[in-house]
Amino acid sequence: MTAPDLSVPLCGVRLGNPLVLASGILGTSAELLERVARCGAGAVTSKSCGPTPRAGHPNPTVLAWGHGLINAVGLSNPGADEEVRILRDAKARLAPLGVPLIASIFAETVQGFGDVARKVAEAAPDFIEVNISCPNVEAEFGRPFAADARDAAAVTAAVRRAVSLPIIVKLSPNVPDIAAIARAVEGEGADAIAAINTLGPGMVIDTDSGKPILANRTGGVSGPAIRPIAVRCVYDVSRAVRVPVIGIGGVTCGRDAVEMIMAGATAVGIGSAVYYRGPEVFAAIREELRGFMETHGYSDISQMRGLAHDA
Amino acid sequence: MTLDLPTAFRIRDIRDESPTVRTFTLDGAVQAEPGQFVMVWLPRVNEKPFSLVDDAPITLTIARVGPFTEAAHRLRVGDRLWLRGPYGRGFERLARPAVLVAGGYGAAPLAFLARRLRAEGVEVAVALGAKRACDLVLAERFRDAGCSVHLATEDGSLGHRGLATDVAARLLDANPDAALYACGPEAMLQRLAHLCRERGVPGQFSMERMMKCGLGVCGSCDHHGLLVCRDGPVFSADQVLGARGDFPSPCGRA
Repeated sequence: MTAPDLSVPLCGVRLGNPLVLASGILGTSAELLERVARCGAGAVTSKSCGPTPRAGHPNPTVLAWGHGLINAVGLSNPGADEEVRILRDAKARLAPLGVPLIASIFAETVQGFGDVARKVAEAAPDFIEVNISCPNVEAEFGRPFAADARDAAAVTAAVRRAVSLPIIVKLSPNVPDIAAIARAVEGEGADAIAAINTLGPGMVIDTDSGKPILANRTGGVSGPAIRPIAVRCVYDVSRAVRVPVIGIGGVTCGRDAVEMIMAGATAVGIGSAVYYRGPEVFAAIREELRGFMETHGYSDISQMRGLAHDA
Repeated sequence: MTLDLPTAFRIRDIRDESPTVRTFTLDGAVQAEPGQFVMVWLPRVNEKPFSLVDDAPITLTIARVGPFTEAAHRLRVGDRLWLRGPYGRGFERLARPAVLVAGGYGAAPLAFLARRLRAEGVEVAVALGAKRACDLVLAERFRDAGCSVHLATEDGSLGHRGLATDVAARLLDANPDAALYACGPEAMLQRLAHLCRERGVPGQFSMERMMKCGLGVCGSCDHHGLLVCRDGPVFSADQVLGARGDFPSPCGRA
């Protein structure tokens, strides 16, 4: 049998393997993005950037609560102008490695999303990820744009008008019908969908002081605890739309990645696993994935994609 | 054993080290290596990283530099503070004479290191520097551990008039086989890293950065692609100076 081919196509861009560094993890500098690429990621996502600099929430912002992480970092970022410099630097470092760059953006208004997208496009990333689903920041309607199909569609349309780059829209699991949101953003020109952002928000209380530990009191829940929910969301979304899906949520090993692909994902996001296994997690999962394919006689990722849909 | 969630400890003793630096001894212990740090949480205030001055009992030396540390300095014996950790990569203790270089409250992790090195029978010389005599901290701890302590003040009010780095260079002259361990302002660490490179001295340097998660995921403490919270806070000379090709993991830039 020939060696399995781990590469996947994503909106016309070839990823050497399906593992993508998820936004918000280690994506703060060009050097860190380069390091993750060298650690074996198929693509890397920069930390979500907004129109202007943001300090984020005070600490504690991230906790390992026992079965995953909970975070309320609060979209700390250097603002779009500085982000363009970081993205240009990152792009130059990633190009020789053949690892595509996904620039993640957010804004407080529909118009703002278009403006930030236009700005970061100056750095020529391979994709723009539209983060409409951060649970720790309130948008102009007092809730994440991902909570409502019309809001999600409006943001997608604004970014679509602003840039010609492939657009990935990142969805929230905290909705009754994620497939409906996915259809709405696909209808406005999303080229791919990332699902899911963190679950919740959740809360962890210190019983000695009687106080919530996170300074923001609540935060988004990630890690192994949310994986079954992420898998179900990816399953629902990939059955509802024709565009590719990046499946994200609690993947920490090769078998988890296979599960995401069988749910319908084209690529697989890796986030909290960096806490459990370090930046080396990318090469580790890639090799576990390769081992699974060899054992089960798969020569191509696409042979596993959406297998669960036939059930 | 790592405490994943902030865990309450009662303050057993508080000692003034200088007008702005205080050492807190807690009722309780953790298992740590010198150079590792904990995230200290004061509910509804903030959470910040601090190097351990000792792990049994847990001992923290806190300089008053902002709102969080001001709140910490308002704590009294019997009050509680919370911490999670220990985190990070500490000092690797080498079996050769040690020169420890401390700038200001950078003495904190080195006091822990000195105690362990002395317990292992290693000869330890300490260059302890600060702006003024009253800013020199933890000298007694180093002496009690059996180190030779050499003071330096920028204003000349005590010991050598000048920087701890001057004293360190002299100590290395006298101990050409020594290993160097340092913590203090970044300019001091860079100067010492160059010194180690020039002389072929094995050097380890504890760096300080703003941190959020302390867990190696948020990227706030990036130093040239290295995570101070997880790859550090103790780094080699090359890493301090931002040289390429020196990641501690197998994912280095080959």
